[in-house]
Amino acid sequence: MCAQDSHEIRLIERISAGERELFHELVRPHERKIYLTALALLGSEAEAEDAAQETMIKAFRNLRSFRSESKFSTWLVSIALNEARSRLRKSKRAQIESLDAETESYEGDFTPAMLTDWREIPSETLERSELRAALQSAVAELPTIYREVFTLRDLEDLNVEETARALGVTANVVKVRLHRARMMLQKRLVPFLKTSFSPRRGLFGRALWS
Amino acid sequence: MELNCKHVWQYISEYIDGSVDPQLRLQIERHLENCEVCSAILDSTRNILYLTADDRTFALPIGFSERLHARLEREFATIGGAEPSDR
Repeated sequence: MCAQDSHEIRLIERISAGERELFHELVRPHERKIYLTALALLGSEAEAEDAAQETMIKAFRNLRSFRSESKFSTWLVSIALNEARSRLRKSKRAQIESLDAETESYEGDFTPAMLTDWREIPSETLERSELRAALQSAVAELPTIYREVFTLRDLEDLNVEETARALGVTANVVKVRLHRARMMLQKRLVPFLKTSFSPRRGLFGRALWS
Repeated sequence: MELNCKHVWQYISEYIDGSVDPQLRLQIERHLENCEVCSAILDSTRNILYLTADDRTFALPIGFSERLHARLEREFATIGGAEPSDR
């Protein structure tokens, strides 16, 4: 058990004993993870936020049912997945991606860098907000089964086994879906990355703008 | 055994995660040394993952944390005793 886990176990014990204010501290490191889990399934930022709040409230009410042999974060993610799925069932729009709700972007104006070799300077690539926006849309447009695996593995850093458990699939299914998700994203984003190259030399060793 | 490009692509994801066995890893690395196409695919995929892991790419909405903790406070306030209970 790592230090973080034992710290959480202690917090959970104290919260169960009545120090409910400590619940804030307990969940604070997991807010992003829970929100992104809900967003991966629901698509809408507003609904994902509401589902994330509901997840935390359910976690508080059911804290006693948490078993310390699992990780607290994985337990929270499972609650978030259940919450999001039950909302999807209720709204009967499971397969409809609400992309409209994602038009609100963050961070303002940005001057794109003219990169000569993006492979060697990812930090500069990262500074381009339109690239991040392109990645957001590409992830949002992944079919749900791939998006949920990608979200848990690559955004939230759950390992293969934790992801498999949370989603109720085998480790092999996780690996296959993750591979496909990454390749779909790569395919979607490479043309976008190419536009930032210098005309000197392209991704595959040829001039792009000749 | 010589790996061809398509073969390498199948293992890109597991290669990145370090979950291919050492022998296959060596074969992939040998291929990558001589194949610019596969190296570029590997690099671009890695960069996408690097971008994904950046907190700014998938950020929380502004004010998310404040609203969450305010809602939790309201939840606590509805519970009279020290124990979480059904309402």
